[in-house]
Amino acid sequence: MADPHGTTRSLDDAIELGDEPGRWQRGLAVIAGIGLVAALGQAAMAEDGWRRFMLAYLVAFAFVLSLSLGAMFFVLLQHVCRAGWSVLVRRPIEAMAANMPVVALLFVPIALSVVLGGGEVFPWAQRGEPAASAAEVAPASQAQAEAEAAGAADRAELYPHQTLDDFTLKKRPYLNEPMFILRWIAFLAIWGGIGWWYWRQSTLQDGDGDAGRTARMEKWSGILLLVYGLTVTFAAFDLLMSLNPHWYSTIFGVYYFSGAAMAVVAAWILMLMLLQSRGYLATSVTVEHYHDLGKFLFGFVFFWGYIAFSQYMLLWYASLPEVLGWMQHRGLSTDPAHVEVFGSWAILALVLLVGHFLMPFAGLMSRHAKRVRGVLAVWAIWLLVMHYADMLWLVMPEFGPRLTLGLVEVGLAVAVGCVFLIGVVRRGARAALAPRRDPRLEESLGFENF
Amino acid sequence: MAENRPERGPVYAMIAEYANVTAAVRAAKQVREAGYTRWDLHSPFPIHGVHKVLGMRPTILPWLTLGGGLIGLLGGLLLVWWTNATMFEGVPTTLQGYPYIVSGKPQFSLPANIAIIFETTVLLAALATVFGVFALNGMPMLYNPLFKSRRFRRVTEDRFFILIDGEDAKFDPRWTRQFLESLDPLSIEQVHLDELEEEESS
Repeated sequence: MADPHGTTRSLDDAIELGDEPGRWQRGLAVIAGIGLVAALGQAAMAEDGWRRFMLAYLVAFAFVLSLSLGAMFFVLLQHVCRAGWSVLVRRPIEAMAANMPVVALLFVPIALSVVLGGGEVFPWAQRGEPAASAAEVAPASQAQAEAEAAGAADRAELYPHQTLDDFTLKKRPYLNEPMFILRWIAFLAIWGGIGWWYWRQSTLQDGDGDAGRTARMEKWSGILLLVYGLTVTFAAFDLLMSLNPHWYSTIFGVYYFSGAAMAVVAAWILMLMLLQSRGYLATSVTVEHYHDLGKFLFGFVFFWGYIAFSQYMLLWYASLPEVLGWMQHRGLSTDPAHVEVFGSWAILALVLLVGHFLMPFAGLMSRHAKRVRGVLAVWAIWLLVMHYADMLWLVMPEFGPRLTLGLVEVGLAVAVGCVFLIGVVRRGARAALAPRRDPRLEESLGFENF
Repeated sequence: MAENRPERGPVYAMIAEYANVTAAVRAAKQVREAGYTRWDLHSPFPIHGVHKVLGMRPTILPWLTLGGGLIGLLGGLLLVWWTNATMFEGVPTTLQGYPYIVSGKPQFSLPANIAIIFETTVLLAALATVFGVFALNGMPMLYNPLFKSRRFRRVTEDRFFILIDGEDAKFDPRWTRQFLESLDPLSIEQVHLDELEEEESS
């Protein structure tokens, strides 16, 4: 579009990361190490620490996976609608979407726990009679044995899905170790392929300026979004829904996706702000780009709330016995007997309702909130924390009726997050920070919200 | 030339014609600097960033949308409460609520009602936006004196026009014309109210 000031803006700021990424990676590696040691330390001392460690690891993994998947969604989305405004800011999410090899590496502990472990993460992956395993632990005294048997009985009553009953066994043809591993190899290969191909086309275009690459990326984006939607849905079923094999919710894949899309916009905004504060893309990325990213953030905040409520309402309305357990464990029951036991998860559920939906919805509604950098940054950080809280709320109620948030959870989130970021920085450093020869770059540089 | 024609009622506006965006926007800046407040720039297509040149204030439309949404929210809440959970004496039967237990849920239970409340919120917010746009733009407007100008027809094709309202405090047929001439237009034309005159006086 014509510019009333008679000037055409060009991409003339710094878009090459110099030797900074090396320093960043070393810093991130140190932080990751500290986080891991802290988590291991507390897990070693805590009761049932290994199980807690693995579940907390799953929380952290679900978080970073959602960032890569969310980024992949936005890369595909920009191409499927031939977006012009976002060209300038597309590279950071291309790097995040192409970070699947690191995500695959981070998946290895979960795969190992499924193959070698005894169902400490997924109840369907346990072997033998779970009731017997409680008795196998050599008790020091008769009284202790009775107490432990009573404890196991209590637990089986509170968490019926964690014993291998008929219900779970019926799902074994799908939820079994080899199938799980095969599915995840397929998921990670498909996502890895998509992320890599888009990264490669976009960065090769930096060199040859071939507009045909843009055409090819657009051509494939539609069908790949379909593939993306199906794989994300089934991956969410595997990774998070199967924690409770009794429970099912067909909307759950969308629930995971909605949080992922919201979180990645927050991460996207923060990455751009960090780069700009370091002098990269300092003048070319303007408040207009942040305004549009803010709109995405606002939209996906509401989308998450909409989906979360849709899931809740149907479960609440139908009140099917086999799905109520999942809700009770997460504090979604107002029955006083449940509130007494699971009350601390109810508090987290309310925090999510207010902090993940109502507050940011009201706070991001105004145009000004999206155009004032500081305000947008605060919401982005806040929503990343809320997305982590959402993942915690999905996974950790499986560990026990009391809210667990300590060094194990925080340490692992920091460690896994830093490893993920090392991958993003490594990849990002290999190319320019903006697709400098994209045919729509000029449109993006001159972009203004009307 | 316009000034040779007989006067045909009050002046509606004076328009200056330009051939391209750059010239029109440059002139617009000077109109604003000269202190005119009731003036406009007409263009065949949206010019990005022109609102800064025109000194347009932010629209109140978002507040209308918010107001509509809030009314829809409260109205929807009232509707589901009244129809599902009340039975008052003295209310005519046709307006009476109909308390009925569905699926063992309480008569007034928020989760079941949110879907309705959400829809009425969206509906009234959307209606407030659409009719707000109409109202703020003075629509429906079936006639505009500018339609009389043959030159102005090209504003939907390839011409740009700066318009200074006849009711602007600084407007003076002679001085405004002189001022516009200093801005290098292709042409200047004075548009009269004509037929609108009758309606204006009533």
